[in-house]
Amino acid sequence: MAEVTYLEAIRQGLQEEMRRDENVFILGEDVGAYGGAFKVTDGFLAEFGERRVIDTPISEAAIVGAAAGAAHMGLRPVAEMQFIDFISCAYDMLTNYVATARYRAGLPTPMVVRGPSGGYVRGGPFHSQNPEAAFLHTPGLKIVCPATARDAKGLIKSAIRDDDPVLYFEHKYLYRRIKEELPEGEEILTPIGKARLAREGKDLTIISWSAMVYKALEAAERLEKEDGLSVEVLDLRTLLPMDDEAIIASVRKTNRVLIAHEDTRTGGVAGEITARINDQAFEWLDAPVKRVAAHDVPLPYAPTLEDFVLPQTDDLVLAARWLAAY
Amino acid sequence: MTPTAVPSAVPAAPPHGLSRAQLHELYYFMRLTRSLEERLTNLYRQTKVIGGLFRSLGQEADSVGSAYALDRAKGDFLSPLIRNMGSMLVQGATPLEILRQYMAKADSPTRGRELNIHYGDLVRGFIGQISHLGDMVPVMAGVALSFKMRKQPRVALVYVGDGAMSTGTFHEGINFAAVQRLPMVIVCENNGYAFSTPMHKQTAVAQLVDKAAAYGIPGVRADGNDVLAVYGATKPAVEHARQGGGCTLIELVTYRRKGHAEHDNQSYVPKEELAAWERKDPIDACVRRFTGAGWATAAELAAIDDRILKQLDEAVALCEDEPMPEALGALDGVLADPARAELEWYRRIDG
Repeated sequence: MAEVTYLEAIRQGLQEEMRRDENVFILGEDVGAYGGAFKVTDGFLAEFGERRVIDTPISEAAIVGAAAGAAHMGLRPVAEMQFIDFISCAYDMLTNYVATARYRAGLPTPMVVRGPSGGYVRGGPFHSQNPEAAFLHTPGLKIVCPATARDAKGLIKSAIRDDDPVLYFEHKYLYRRIKEELPEGEEILTPIGKARLAREGKDLTIISWSAMVYKALEAAERLEKEDGLSVEVLDLRTLLPMDDEAIIASVRKTNRVLIAHEDTRTGGVAGEITARINDQAFEWLDAPVKRVAAHDVPLPYAPTLEDFVLPQTDDLVLAARWLAAY
Repeated sequence: MTPTAVPSAVPAAPPHGLSRAQLHELYYFMRLTRSLEERLTNLYRQTKVIGGLFRSLGQEADSVGSAYALDRAKGDFLSPLIRNMGSMLVQGATPLEILRQYMAKADSPTRGRELNIHYGDLVRGFIGQISHLGDMVPVMAGVALSFKMRKQPRVALVYVGDGAMSTGTFHEGINFAAVQRLPMVIVCENNGYAFSTPMHKQTAVAQLVDKAAAYGIPGVRADGNDVLAVYGATKPAVEHARQGGGCTLIELVTYRRKGHAEHDNQSYVPKEELAAWERKDPIDACVRRFTGAGWATAAELAAIDDRILKQLDEAVALCEDEPMPEALGALDGVLADPARAELEWYRRIDG
């Protein structure tokens, strides 16, 4: 067993897949000589060479488009967005070209687009985004958002092996803060489309993913200690396709649901989850489904502002108490 | 041996190493393009073509001559734009497939999911475009990247128009291909108009080929209405790419003699401009040149015309009454897994 950070887990997953399959290659800005802005692909150029670790121009649409073309020809590209905020520059290519390729033309497009997402890092409006909702609406894509080092590794490996295009959003706040013992030599493959029960409980469920899972767990601890509440935490891990079964099972068990996400509220993923609960488990609810999300503003830079805009553990505790008392 | 005058009955050899049979094939593909589009126009007027119809009248030479420069035996690839049906026919697309596409038939290559010539085939080596202009440039750069990574001596050719060259994806794609020295040829079909917008409102450069310099790649300009000039400009670029020399931008100067689509009456186009380009019709020019040089007889070309009409009659008869796709099939194949999208709840209500 070795202690591995979330970032190292991603690196290991990429490395293992590149060693296993000659068709896997990496392209992106500064991924080669520099090893990636956050050093995720550090050392890859030396091990795999320029042919499989490609430094590209600052051209997100070309990175994604070229990845798609190469994927049609049987390769398995992993495209890095230096910050996931820049994925919007490739929005057309992803939603119009990549996502429709199989449906309209039967074109195999096995590719991964990955990059650092998320706030709490004083990154300001353009280095803190969580763009999952922008893509949740597009049939033809898969979206994964790992919270643990184990899933960071298991999901990057599964994403590379998947025959569909996968968006892999890794949270930069977790990169070096999360450490986990991962057994060496064990093949970790987290299934895409399956949620993880991060904490069992019976009074209330917090549904979350990515870095927000830790705030949900902290809140659950406090609620147990201070209020005697038994809080379940469901880590979705995959947003597309969504694990309805796990969501509904938890709703039927606790009858009260709080959905917590870091992205802004309006049009956020929580709205979709709420609608699904409404469709499939309305009569199991003892209270309205409530959301804790970022305020509907671009994410500001100053710590006083960022901390105010983003959901904090205290917010989750207050919201859960309100829900428990309903 | 004493040199004597060449008897006039022996024609000069065709240019670019092309054989007589190859010239006949070039004529065949140009005529097939035009005749198929004329057939589609009839079907459009009978409302059997469901969506819009896009003509390449007067542009047949640029599509056919450029695609003909690829080597299908070596596995070269192309991606057309909406007026490059001729390039797809050269690459092995059939009139039957195109008729089925336009008429939204169940057995069309995209099974009724996409329109017109938006389809491809990885075996024959063409990838269908999407409507977002410029997007195929990065995609074909990726195809070329796969050739380079696998050290395969293959070439990818992508078509853009004078309008597509204003997009961001064109710029990103060609720049990426140039930097990576990918085995790629970018063919700009300059037909003067992007929908109703003339070239001078699209770009401030005098010639589109001037943009090649900005990417550090060679640029070539040729008469897009002269099929042999098109072939002569494209072939060296294809072989240059195959030999590891990187990509080339080719501007083929032609003219769109119909509206953007069949519904567009071209009111924005000066009549005398249309008339002038009609006199430069690429197929008429080809017939004059081939027969004048003794590379084809009028009877040989007429036999090709007859063969095409018969081929089209058969294709139309075969698919005209075919069914459209079963509705429920619309849910299949968005993803590899799950293979079928969920049926909406209101469609499951009994009664």
